[in-house]
Amino acid sequence: MTFSPGDLFLILPELLVITAACLVLVLDPVLSSSQKDGLAWLSLGTLAICMGLIASQMDHAASAFGGIVIIDAYACFWRLLLCFVAGLTVLLSHTYLREERLYFGEYYGFVLLSLSGMMVMVSAADLLTIYLGTELMSLSLYVMAGLKRSAPRSLEASAKYFVLGAFSSGILLYGISLLYGATGSTRLPAIAAAIAGRSLDDPLLLAATVLLAVGFGFKLAVVPFHMWTPDVYQGAPTSVTAFMAVASKAASFGAFLRVFVEGLGSLKANWSAIFLLLCIATLVLGNIVALVQTNIKRMLAYSSIAHAGYALIGVVAAGVAGTQTGETNGITAVMLYLALYAFMTFGAFTIVAMLRKGGLDGDEIEDFTGLAARHPLAALLMLVFMVSLAGIPPTAGFIGKFYVFMAAVEAGLTWLAVLALVFAAISAYYYLRIIMVMYMREPDPLTAASPRLIMSPALSIVLACAVAGVVFFGLYPGPLVNLAGHAVLTFK
Amino acid sequence: MTHSFPWLTLLIVLPLAGAVALCFAKETSVRLIALGTAAADLLLSLPLWWLFDSSSGGMQFNETALWISTPPIHYRLGLDGISLPLVLMTTMLMPLCVLISWRSIDQRIRSFMAMLLVMEGAMIGVFAALDFVLFYVFWEAMLIPMYLLIGVWGGPNRIYAAVKFFLYTLVGSVLLLVAILVLYFQSGHTFDIVQLSQAAVPASLQFWLFLAFFAAFAVKVPMFPFHTWLPDAHVEAPTAGSVILASVLLKMGGYGFVRFSLPMLPDASMAFAPLMITLSIVAIIYGAYMALAQADLKKLIAYSSVSHMGFVTLGLFTFNIQGIEGAVMQMVNHGITTGGLFLCVGVIYERTHSRQIADNTGLTTPMPRYATLLVIFALSSLGLPGTNSFVGEFMVLAGTFIWSKLATALASLGIILAAAYMLWMIQRVAFGLPSPHMLPALRDLDRREMATLIPLVVLVFLIGIFPNPILTRMHASVNQVLARTSVPTAATAMRADDQLLTAPTGGDSPAMETPRP
Repeated sequence: MTFSPGDLFLILPELLVITAACLVLVLDPVLSSSQKDGLAWLSLGTLAICMGLIASQMDHAASAFGGIVIIDAYACFWRLLLCFVAGLTVLLSHTYLREERLYFGEYYGFVLLSLSGMMVMVSAADLLTIYLGTELMSLSLYVMAGLKRSAPRSLEASAKYFVLGAFSSGILLYGISLLYGATGSTRLPAIAAAIAGRSLDDPLLLAATVLLAVGFGFKLAVVPFHMWTPDVYQGAPTSVTAFMAVASKAASFGAFLRVFVEGLGSLKANWSAIFLLLCIATLVLGNIVALVQTNIKRMLAYSSIAHAGYALIGVVAAGVAGTQTGETNGITAVMLYLALYAFMTFGAFTIVAMLRKGGLDGDEIEDFTGLAARHPLAALLMLVFMVSLAGIPPTAGFIGKFYVFMAAVEAGLTWLAVLALVFAAISAYYYLRIIMVMYMREPDPLTAASPRLIMSPALSIVLACAVAGVVFFGLYPGPLVNLAGHAVLTFK
Repeated sequence: MTHSFPWLTLLIVLPLAGAVALCFAKETSVRLIALGTAAADLLLSLPLWWLFDSSSGGMQFNETALWISTPPIHYRLGLDGISLPLVLMTTMLMPLCVLISWRSIDQRIRSFMAMLLVMEGAMIGVFAALDFVLFYVFWEAMLIPMYLLIGVWGGPNRIYAAVKFFLYTLVGSVLLLVAILVLYFQSGHTFDIVQLSQAAVPASLQFWLFLAFFAAFAVKVPMFPFHTWLPDAHVEAPTAGSVILASVLLKMGGYGFVRFSLPMLPDASMAFAPLMITLSIVAIIYGAYMALAQADLKKLIAYSSVSHMGFVTLGLFTFNIQGIEGAVMQMVNHGITTGGLFLCVGVIYERTHSRQIADNTGLTTPMPRYATLLVIFALSSLGLPGTNSFVGEFMVLAGTFIWSKLATALASLGIILAAAYMLWMIQRVAFGLPSPHMLPALRDLDRREMATLIPLVVLVFLIGIFPNPILTRMHASVNQVLARTSVPTAATAMRADDQLLTAPTGGDSPAMETPRP
């Protein structure tokens, strides 16, 4: 393997993040508890520098370490998104952890470590490197999910996440090894060259594709590999849930698209059939089961499952579309969808994190009763996020769905668009229920402690970013559309 | 920007700006600011009436700006003779909606007024949008404020009604989105409504697209059998909400048919015409029968709306100029008359806190002014010559006559039934025996309430006696719609049109006694 110092410069953002993570872990024991806020600011500063660096790398594609890592516009798109979400997570956690009395300085270290794993995932062009990134991301998340040591649910979430995550990683690794056997390489370009012109008649290739699809299916939380999601999302501290629901999903989609488009692009007719089935199952089950949830974190978990289904429509459309523009439009739609999804989902989880009942999370839908009368602004923001998640204009959620459905219609999947839109209308029911509870129900005077909202400047910044993204990109999506269009992957 | 002055943008932005201003206003000045904004919007819209060039069937007051580059979606606004009266009707009704809510809304007045103004901006946007995606954005954007208007400020069963309203309309309109996307790829990659209205779409595809359009528009109209959300929503909504629903939102269904279904899908519209006419007649008769049986005033008016809106869809699918112009007239008239009736119910509900006919009887003695206005609106609703509704309903029936005599006869039944339920209602509410325990509450109309109702009464007679200013403004635009639907009878119908509208006796066509001033 050739190595040049210039390669290190390409992965400077990742190096910075890892350095900051180590620094946080080292500094944590020596700082007094009043100084631990400094760790959050250290993380934020690092992320800001990284975003600047990544933005400057956007325009020149380059590969490093003999092709293991590719820093192109596509990678930069996801890295930017991930760093942004990590920044929001740090801001949210800063207040939330104090409220939960979780004074762990290493928390920020885990956020950064997990982020570095995600950044590796989206910029790797080698299956093993992607696997390493996935593991780095997941291992940090397992710990973060169980951070609320006093809460049995949090421990259960951590254990469940660990067992199923390790299981799915095993499947992923098995798929990688079979693909290596079939093609003789783990580099995506080499794999693409080796399977060009081959079909799934080769049982080895078939098994490898299916195993990779299942492995990524777990990470993306698509049906039927979604079982861990509701329990983990509900049990984990809410700030961690927000991070998982947004960042780990985005990173998984980033790596997933890279593998299936750049590596297995010539099998697209085959894998798009697999993902079509997963997509339909995800849309149906995610939306239907969300209808009956009484816990808002579980509801948002099923909603995030359903949203993965909408994003998959773009993947299927890209695989089915016969034309170059149809393919790129499909991929662009997926990237756009996840970027827009990040704003609304993070915003919704932030409001959930802010709502406290006694010393606990106010995470039952009941707890939102009458919120509009007590905290009009918070209720209005939640309304915007719910409307956006339901895909109603003029919000970001509508723009995301619009592009996904446009790609589907262009690829000739009009029936899929109809089906997905019918389920979007069904989904409106459970999002509306939150609005209804907040605005149309009066709080029961007999219940003792009505939930309160925690406030802090950091939370205000998080909410302002989220709502600005939802409203601005809902009204004027042009910049983001152009960015995604510029960064899109092409089938090789 | 192709036009020097952005009339329509201002019309849309002004209420939205007013809604934002309300958030920062003092609690005491909220009502005045809302009224001022709505009135300013009305004043701003009035010049359009005279600036409009009625000789042109094209879009006027055009504004275009690129909104999103890939795919090309434009911020494109414009009015023609069909949308102009509807926009003016909207701007005219909104100050009245603010006025009627002056005292009846006593909690969260700030949000209420803000919702009203947001609705106004979105509704004008729906009528003025000339880009299909922009139209859809406005169309859907109305749902949330309307949902809140019903659900927060409505009656005891408001949550059920709000959710039902929302889901019905949402399910209808998601199919519209797919149809918009399919049309985009079928007709030369454009969302421009004017261009799409001239594109040729394969007949087999038109079939499916028509069904998708139908799902969206028929729910909004509402056509039988998609009307069940309407009585619930009307009864539970606050008065201003009922007025907006009945007067403007229902029109969007009819507007959708005439703006999109007829010109974009002419073949499918022709093929579906028998079904549409049948459903319209069922709605006319069924709505009227249901209205007869109602004990609740709002429900009675809601079902009468189903019946009256049946005339709209009936007229549209006759494919002749009387029918379509009559349908548009009927939309405007229904907005005025039914708006007036809902305002009347709101007034009496404020006093007696009951909408039951049995609780509100014999109002003529304690409330003479109120009873007079109620009778005027009721007579207008049943289509008495000299009032506005007569013009629209007569034109629709004249248009239907060319299409089918049987259909005309059946639809006329609706007018007879309308006379029955309206006169019966009047007999009890205005002239029955007053119930003694209600008497103390029965103050006659105060100045604010008179100011709310009088403008509509003026319009009832103005349009009833002198409908031509509206008709001349829509001639050219309706002819453009008709030019897209090539029907054998349309030729005769268009020939007969001049005679119909200028001379009291037609030659080979049914005579129409247009009331002359």
